[in-house]
Amino acid sequence: MNGAHDLGGMMGFGPLAPERDEPVFHSHWESRACAVTIAAGACGLWSLDESRSVRENLAPAQYLAKPYYDVWITALEKLAVAHGLVSAEELAVGRPLAPPRAAPKVTPRRMAEAIARGSPYDRPPSAAAAFAVGDRVRARMMNPPGHTRLPRYARGRVGEVAALRGAFVFPDTNAHAQGENPQWLYTIRFTARELWGDDADPRSTVTIDAFEPYLEPA
Amino acid sequence: MSEDHDHSELSPIAARVRALETLLTEKGYIEPAALDAIVETYETKIGPRNGARVVARAWVDPAYRERLRADATKAIAELGYAGRQGEHMAAVENGAGVHNVVVCTLCSCYPWPVLGVPPVWYKSHAYRARAVIDPRGVLAEFGVTLPRETEILVWDSTAEMRYLVIPERPPGTEGWSEERLAALVTRDSMIGTGLALGPST
Repeated sequence: MNGAHDLGGMMGFGPLAPERDEPVFHSHWESRACAVTIAAGACGLWSLDESRSVRENLAPAQYLAKPYYDVWITALEKLAVAHGLVSAEELAVGRPLAPPRAAPKVTPRRMAEAIARGSPYDRPPSAAAAFAVGDRVRARMMNPPGHTRLPRYARGRVGEVAALRGAFVFPDTNAHAQGENPQWLYTIRFTARELWGDDADPRSTVTIDAFEPYLEPA
Repeated sequence: MSEDHDHSELSPIAARVRALETLLTEKGYIEPAALDAIVETYETKIGPRNGARVVARAWVDPAYRERLRADATKAIAELGYAGRQGEHMAAVENGAGVHNVVVCTLCSCYPWPVLGVPPVWYKSHAYRARAVIDPRGVLAEFGVTLPRETEILVWDSTAEMRYLVIPERPPGTEGWSEERLAALVTRDSMIGTGLALGPST
């Protein structure tokens, strides 16, 4: 969806202001927000793609105004209700009102294993790759209302296949419980001028990682 | 770690986090100790020192550098770093006339096993918006000015590949041990918004 999360190329956010000797977390609530989001994800009821989709579905004004971990928590509240872990009433009062639903319990050991193992997203391909390294391809002009990982700035632009990464879970379907639907993933290189026009740096390029359904021959 | 810990007056967001945490733990889905373990892991065990070891090894061991090029996930796992948000790694090397910068314009994808939790600026709207359209301007704000003829390669992490920049080894470090070299490898140099430190720093 064309949400506020798709930020590439926007202007007006001001300087970057990197912080020296930045702590890992800036407050207790940030550390708990990060941990509870990771732990709840380890219940296995939703995918990373679904949680990204919920975050980017926040109204643009909300998405841009909220602190980073507030976006996470707002999405986690929605996911926890949508998947029946908690009810909206329980969230409002902050204590349990009904018995839990069935879900794997997240213990320290299970969590440590999940962090160490991760969740690989590569899958066996179901067909041969349509493109090869060096091919010229165009990122499709598309504006799906659901989740996608093709940024707006690349849509309609012509680039070159820089790498073939293998077949991976397709976020556009996986985010919406429509299956993993594995697709070939390519790294596509665009010149800065192709993306941003003649004023762009002639020596810069931008690559994106694009799934095969995002691409057409150029 | 500060103001809101164990105080009765929480900010609205701190109160919401606590309510959600309380619910998920009291309903039995999550053991509170699992949350403590996650925080401890990312505050003390998983951070940019991991990535610095990968870079230092690549600097001193050409065979390792080759393995990193061929299969970064596997080569990084040789040093014991793997898992969540580093399942599919690629190493991109700086060299003569080439400089790499990593961003995630769509969210905040970042190679956690080697760099830890991303810094605030990496997750900021400003960085996500500008890194792809104005990488030289972004680098200048980090104090990095590259020659006009240097090619800048920006990597937008739009899928599950995670990128680690291998900065150039600083001159004047011939014969240095891997451990000493690792101390020159900053987090920002592995994202591409910095360079490795010089031998006198």
